[in-house]
Amino acid sequence: MNAGAAPLLEIVDLVRYFPVRNAFGRRTGWIRAVDGLSLAVWPGETLGLVGESGCGKSTLGKTVMGIYTPTAGDIRFAGREIGHLPARARRAVARDLQYVYQDPGASLDPRWKVVHSLHEPLKIHTRLSRPEREREVGAILAAVGLPDAHLDLYPHELSGGQQRRVGLARILTLRPRMVILDEPTSGLDVSVQASVLKLFRSMQEAFALTYVFISHDLAVVRAMCARIAVMYLGTIVELGDTAAVFETPRHPYTRSLLAAVPRIGGRRVTLDFVLEGEPPSPRDVPSGCRFRTRCPLVQDVCAMEEPPLREVDGRAVACHFA
Amino acid sequence: MPELLSVRGLSVDFVTDGGVAQVLDGISLDVGPGEVVGLVGESGCGKTTLARAILGILPTGATRIRGGEVRFKGADLLREDPGAVNDRVRGRAITFIPQDPYTSFSPVFSVQTQIMDLMKWKSPRAGHGGAARSSFRRYPRERRRADRDAVLETLRAVQIPEPTRALRRLPHEFSGGQRQRLMIAMALLPQPDLIIADEPTTALDVTIQAQILRLLRTLVKERGVSVLFTTHDLGTAHEICDRVVVMYAGQEMEAAPADAFFARPAHPYTRRLLASVPSPGGEIRDIPGDVPSLIAPPPGCRFHPRCEYATAECREGRPPPRVLAPGHGVRCHHPVDAPMGADG
Amino acid sequence: MRLARDRSALFGLVLIALLVVAALLAPVLATHPDDVFELHPAERLRAPSAVHWLGTDRMGADVYSRLLFGARITILIGVIAVGASLIVGVPVGLVAGYYHGWFSDVLMRVSDVFLAVPQVVLAIAIAQTLGPSLPNVILALSATYWPWFARVVYAETRALQQEVFVESTAALGASPWRLTALHVLPNIASPIIVRASIGMGFTILTAAALGFLGLGPPPPTPEWGRTIAESREFLPDAWWYATAPGLAIFLTVMGFNLLGDGLRDVLDPRLRRSRAASDA
Repeated sequence: MNAGAAPLLEIVDLVRYFPVRNAFGRRTGWIRAVDGLSLAVWPGETLGLVGESGCGKSTLGKTVMGIYTPTAGDIRFAGREIGHLPARARRAVARDLQYVYQDPGASLDPRWKVVHSLHEPLKIHTRLSRPEREREVGAILAAVGLPDAHLDLYPHELSGGQQRRVGLARILTLRPRMVILDEPTSGLDVSVQASVLKLFRSMQEAFALTYVFISHDLAVVRAMCARIAVMYLGTIVELGDTAAVFETPRHPYTRSLLAAVPRIGGRRVTLDFVLEGEPPSPRDVPSGCRFRTRCPLVQDVCAMEEPPLREVDGRAVACHFA
Repeated sequence: MPELLSVRGLSVDFVTDGGVAQVLDGISLDVGPGEVVGLVGESGCGKTTLARAILGILPTGATRIRGGEVRFKGADLLREDPGAVNDRVRGRAITFIPQDPYTSFSPVFSVQTQIMDLMKWKSPRAGHGGAARSSFRRYPRERRRADRDAVLETLRAVQIPEPTRALRRLPHEFSGGQRQRLMIAMALLPQPDLIIADEPTTALDVTIQAQILRLLRTLVKERGVSVLFTTHDLGTAHEICDRVVVMYAGQEMEAAPADAFFARPAHPYTRRLLASVPSPGGEIRDIPGDVPSLIAPPPGCRFHPRCEYATAECREGRPPPRVLAPGHGVRCHHPVDAPMGADG
Repeated sequence: MRLARDRSALFGLVLIALLVVAALLAPVLATHPDDVFELHPAERLRAPSAVHWLGTDRMGADVYSRLLFGARITILIGVIAVGASLIVGVPVGLVAGYYHGWFSDVLMRVSDVFLAVPQVVLAIAIAQTLGPSLPNVILALSATYWPWFARVVYAETRALQQEVFVESTAALGASPWRLTALHVLPNIASPIIVRASIGMGFTILTAAALGFLGLGPPPPTPEWGRTIAESREFLPDAWWYATAPGLAIFLTVMGFNLLGDGLRDVLDPRLRRSRAASDA
């Protein structure tokens, strides 16, 4: 990570709300999926974005990707504002900024042969000739460890793992600078997960990629990400170097989250686990600090003022008492 | 000490389009009274099939039980009169917590209707046999009242707020975590001897999972209920289980008390599995090869194609059970005798 | 092809093949090809015989020959009407399905209006207003059938938008044109084809109804429906006069319906089955 370099991705006060409509179509409220979030991602790093369901991490990924347009706030990629571009210009950004779904195999058109799916990104974004495209595709296939024979097959003729590799290869043909990985190991067996993570690592090295790694699995994020941002109900509550955050979490939610993760070989964490209740719905975000309804340190000020994300010793925390 | 549940040499086949899949191959397993046993394995290993076979709810058309026995309190459930098993055992002495809280309730009936329906047939106060088998059974008022009190008390025990009001609600008004609490309550109400829980926290967030696991363990220990808990997540097994059994491709590989299982696993597969859990150091180890097809499985020990210690005898026949220490059994010709550490 | 295993669909295909052959080779197959225009009043209402295989009609024309030429009309009407409905209905469905604003709602409400009126009634009204002729029949039929295509395409397009591969290809930078032409259309081709086949049957039946009511192409065009209308006053004695075109209509419509059903079974489950295989 180059301290002097400019961030590759800068998110400034990003907001993304979804309207809630009743049976007549009238808007009765908002789902505040992303509610004022700021973040920077530096070239070459792997930033982890963790949180539980409803925290907005997936919405954040999709909004950065352009699948949703921001309700407010800015997104700057390689110095250029991309949140409010016209459609055609936004599509061109896809060359450098890509998104991997939880199941990359599902991103393939079932009626297209693998070779066509792999050529497609190059057809959309470049003017390479057919032989030039073939060369690129061949190189990528080798990089993800798939034989040329697979080119002639349909997705359903491949195994789940092979489909996943094809889905990744498709994105890599563009040689993007940054890839957003959205829950890439969710639901996978531990040994399969290990293979997938190894693949991501080798891709990162081979193609000099920058990753934003969205996951609810803290063990995976800890192994893969040098920096980590913890989200709760649409905002970041803690941000810092992974090792430091895991060692000394400063935000009460981070502490509870880490305390809930089983530690094989250690004491049973559930014996000491104290966080009660469920997270509030993003429709009904509590005033002041969002975590106050479940926080063991709650005081009066927490209901009145929302704590800003402040930096203390290289760590950013949003808590009045950090 | 006689085991509560004793599965011996159970083999189950599934008939599929591609051929006959040998989903379970001579599985043996014990659950003692008041014990929480974890059944750990990756997808396709057969743990859900085993759970269903014990409950007797395998799909009838395509399934064949090729052999073995399932002894519960001494009686073989596979050979007993099915009516008696349905009446006394299923939903009563053995209850079930399913995996997906979002699809395990009927969406059109209130929680009260669904729980009281359960109590009508499976309450500890309900009789056995005879009239119990008729579909139009009467539900005497005093028993109904006693059952309802038991329901409210159990809902409080699983920490559902305002139980009386909660009963009137529909399932979709509850979150996933709350629905699993309801399922736990429903599993406890018939006062079972054994609860089979099929990955009950897989669909939940990690903080909710921690709450549910703690709750479940507290309640079963209080009431002396045994649990057979299937999961693919080793961390979950670590949290809640007294003993752990690991399965691979329809065969059980190792069974040990939790401490020994995580600290000194003997079977090469167990060691590889534990090693593939992402470590904070950042090293990632996977297992080379792929899970075998169950239609044409490898002979002998089914893990041998991927095992670094495999020799010819591993192909010849399934390794016999070997006892390494009290409660610690393994089926392997080359068990490893070393703590789980840097080597993996 | 799997279609070959479906007996009824195969039967339907045979019937349609017969229709096409009859239409194409009418001049060759007809025993009295000139009877489309010429009159032989001396031979009117003769029963089927070696000379006139299906007898003669009230003008003395050979029923069999007129039937064959009538097949041409039938196919012409069917193909053009369904083709026009497709050309209008599919783009409307695609646009309404792709966009989500008030415009899609308007499009679908318009198509709903057309769907709400029974096709035959609407076709009658249009044909009545414009006058009986072949082009007007085709116009009336197209105007009433296009909403069926629009509706199917709309529903399928909306469903397809939820699919991950559509969203991910959009994220890859594909333009809406590319997505629609290369990804959406091929994936909704099967329901369109099925609807087209069934539509042929339905359209031909309605065309015959219009012909029967005198709203179709005027005489001496050997349109089947009109022939049945003409035969009415001579029933039950000249039974061949009504039975021949009636049977022809019946077999044609049945043929298209059977083919459509068979296509539906072949084209859709195969897609679903192959997707399921990849989940295993």
